[in-house]
Amino acid sequence: MTTASLKGPNWGMVVDVDKCIGCMACVIACQAENNVPLNTQDRVERGRAISWIRVERYWEGDFPDSKARFIPIMCQHCANAPCEPVCPVFATYHNSEGLNIQVYNRCVGTRYCANGCPYIVRFFNYWEPVWPESLRNHLNPDVTVRSRGIMEKCTFCVHRIRRESRKARSEGRVLLDGEVQTACSTACPTSALNFGNFNDPNSKVSKMKDDQRHYTLLDQFATEPNVIYLAKVDTDRKVGAGEAASHG
Amino acid sequence: MQQRRPLDQVYTNRKLLNGQLDTPRWWLPTVSILGVLVLIGIGVIAIMVNKGLGVTGLSRPVFWGLFITTFVFWVGISHAGIMISAILRLTQAEWRRPVTRAAELLTVFSLLTALVFPLIHAGRPWRIAYWITPYDLGRGIYPNIRSPLIWDPVAIGTYLTGSTLFLYVALLPDLGNLRDRTTGWRNSLYTVLALGWRGNPRQWKLQTVGGILLSALMLPIFVSVHSIVSWDFAVVPAVEGWHSTIFAPYFVIGAIHSGVSAVVTMMALMRWLWKWDDFIRPEHFDALARLLIVVATAWLGFTFLELIFAVYGQDAPEIALREMQMFQWPWNMLFIIFLLCAYLIPVPMWLFKRVRTNIALMFWTSILVNIGMWLERFLIIVPGLSRRTPFVYVWDSYRPSAVEWTILIWSFCWVTFLMLLFSKFFPLVPLFEQKESQVFTDDVMIGRARVPAIIREAD
Repeated sequence: MTTASLKGPNWGMVVDVDKCIGCMACVIACQAENNVPLNTQDRVERGRAISWIRVERYWEGDFPDSKARFIPIMCQHCANAPCEPVCPVFATYHNSEGLNIQVYNRCVGTRYCANGCPYIVRFFNYWEPVWPESLRNHLNPDVTVRSRGIMEKCTFCVHRIRRESRKARSEGRVLLDGEVQTACSTACPTSALNFGNFNDPNSKVSKMKDDQRHYTLLDQFATEPNVIYLAKVDTDRKVGAGEAASHG
Repeated sequence: MQQRRPLDQVYTNRKLLNGQLDTPRWWLPTVSILGVLVLIGIGVIAIMVNKGLGVTGLSRPVFWGLFITTFVFWVGISHAGIMISAILRLTQAEWRRPVTRAAELLTVFSLLTALVFPLIHAGRPWRIAYWITPYDLGRGIYPNIRSPLIWDPVAIGTYLTGSTLFLYVALLPDLGNLRDRTTGWRNSLYTVLALGWRGNPRQWKLQTVGGILLSALMLPIFVSVHSIVSWDFAVVPAVEGWHSTIFAPYFVIGAIHSGVSAVVTMMALMRWLWKWDDFIRPEHFDALARLLIVVATAWLGFTFLELIFAVYGQDAPEIALREMQMFQWPWNMLFIIFLLCAYLIPVPMWLFKRVRTNIALMFWTSILVNIGMWLERFLIIVPGLSRRTPFVYVWDSYRPSAVEWTILIWSFCWVTFLMLLFSKFFPLVPLFEQKESQVFTDDVMIGRARVPAIIREAD
């Protein structure tokens, strides 16, 4: 179960919507891991809350027969990302590992990428981020604290990827499948979120992504996301991938 | 207007230089008040840059709002210059003469104002230098030429350079005139600026050829500037109201509509403020209004074409967006005001010659057009972004904050302030163009009717 050595990794995620219970553990884990400022009431009301991963609730079916569904949505790390060509300063670009990279230093804050993103998973720092005194020592030293005026979004916990790759290299071995885990996938109690390398045919995510329930969000935009969803299984109804995809 | 009397050159000189040689009484108080307002506006901008964009009403997903609307609006106004000076010059429309300079001036000042908006609307304006000029070439990091935001400053910069040169070339003979009529430091200023203009035949020839060449060079800009501005929106596939292939010509024709209307507004003001009734005559308003009827109707065609494309495509999100834009509160109210102001009120009125030659009516209808055209941009940008995406978690709307309104008002004060300041030092109506048209025009008798005619030398 090793990473294919010839090709570099292609990081991606498989989200099993059927397993998601909407507990929001991933949201909190991400918030803590990535130094995301607190989403206070006024920020949420002003539509300026930052949460790199969010659990969307949506209703399926008409009123008496409707059911609440949950779907976690984060940056889809699209291979054909609409946010990338519009950035005038290359602050967002695609790297060779399938990651959609946000370079905080280059960002000038035009917010053009945010308009381009159909998933609306990009966030702008309208204010300088502040933490209460009691939380200041909780900041993760591996993650940049973003200043005001720049964009940010899910990085697939790139600092964890780097840390594990460094460790593997120093020990003179290749990265094992499952060694790199994002904060959200670690926190998920039902293993709905699975992170791994799509270029490794033996990895867990590679095996999961070809499940017959698989679909991608908003595939009409042909963004080729690196986040694959597995549709909800509904025992009451005949459900195929098509129905779940129609939500997106 | 046929019975206009020939104006002698002394009268023309005295009257058209009244802004410079004897300043009107209203000038100083007006400029002072505008100056104070401009300073307040700059103060508000400084506060915004200091505190951050949190002071605006922007949110997620409405990341762009009033500032980008106003940016597009001022770039639209700037198309006045290219239309009047370049196109009408090349097509030898005689009636353009008294308004060429004012139109070109409006172009320069509105472009300068337009450039401010993308700058202050960025999260870190002090880093924009990285974006407009290529940076960090040593490490191979170029600006992203696929982004329309790179081409915005390029197109606007070219337009600004061209317009400034054009303005200056046309100003040379008048600068020479002013140099000969002033003393002291003003004389020294005009001497330097006039570049040794003596008015000999060779200089006149060069000046004319220069003007025509610059007009021709500016024609491509006519197509490029607002096309590029429209691509800021058109290249975004995720936003239904933006992703449209007809945006480039649609924006260009809309820009001419608003730009030429702004020239009409300005002409009326010039006629009233400097009492230039002999130079800016009802026939000029008549000609501009006829032009506007054609431009406005073409623009309306594009507006409906865009809606037809939406209906024809039967794309559910697109239709939902159009429904929101036109039928849902408060967009429906704005949409009705927009349609009334930009077309339904002014254009039918302009069909009557009595309206076209009535300065006050032309003034107010042209202002209506620009209110409508500002709303048009707002109705493209904001409902597009606050569309109902499948993700209910991020649904949000937009209400511009007081800071944004202040900066919008500032932009109008700023352009007016610059125009008035310019009028103190340079004539707003080109003297030599005016005299040239006096030479070229004559009345000829056809039967018993006296008809104005243009005399042209054969090539």
